[in-house]
Amino acid sequence: MSFTFILAHVLTGLGALFLFASGVGVFRMPDVFNKMHAGTKATTLGSILFLSGLGLFEPSWLPKLLLVAVFIVLTNPVSSHALARAAHNDASEKPDNLVIDDLEESKGEEQ
Amino acid sequence: MVILFVLIGGGLFLAFLRLILGTKATDRAVALDTTTLITTGFLVLVAFLQGRSMLLDVALVYSVLSFLGVLAVARYLDGGLR
Repeated sequence: MSFTFILAHVLTGLGALFLFASGVGVFRMPDVFNKMHAGTKATTLGSILFLSGLGLFEPSWLPKLLLVAVFIVLTNPVSSHALARAAHNDASEKPDNLVIDDLEESKGEEQ
Repeated sequence: MVILFVLIGGGLFLAFLRLILGTKATDRAVALDTTTLITTGFLVLVAFLQGRSMLLDVALVYSVLSFLGVLAVARYLDGGLR
């Protein structure tokens, strides 16, 4: 029971928990923006924790796992940003209780 | 290890259920993004359990292609390239 063994168990457990929580959030949340909050941020953190934890179990795989993790960190915000713009432009998706809408206001200033 | 398998499999199942049942197109796109990311983690877990490092390359290529796919779907829902 070395220190890295315990740390690897903790990291993989937390990562799997975050991935499960993102699945539950996508399934249960009421509208698109809530779903996106659960489905894109929690999976980024869960992937980082899970991949680095498995890299501690198998140190020879660590570079490739970190490559996957870095790629996810770089690309997931881009795809979620594109999804958020698509959902915002779809007028039927807009929830009734949306109080602050900076994107709509900045669109009005441009024209 | 069984706990990790059950947790990630359960998250994958719920996200995939939303992808099938999803009420609107943007819901399905968000569920697709989540599903592909959880699948990448699931592939790495299967690679670890079976001790096959080849599946890591599969996971890397899968994450690249899923990023391109989700981006294409999102730009299509946004009204195409402008």
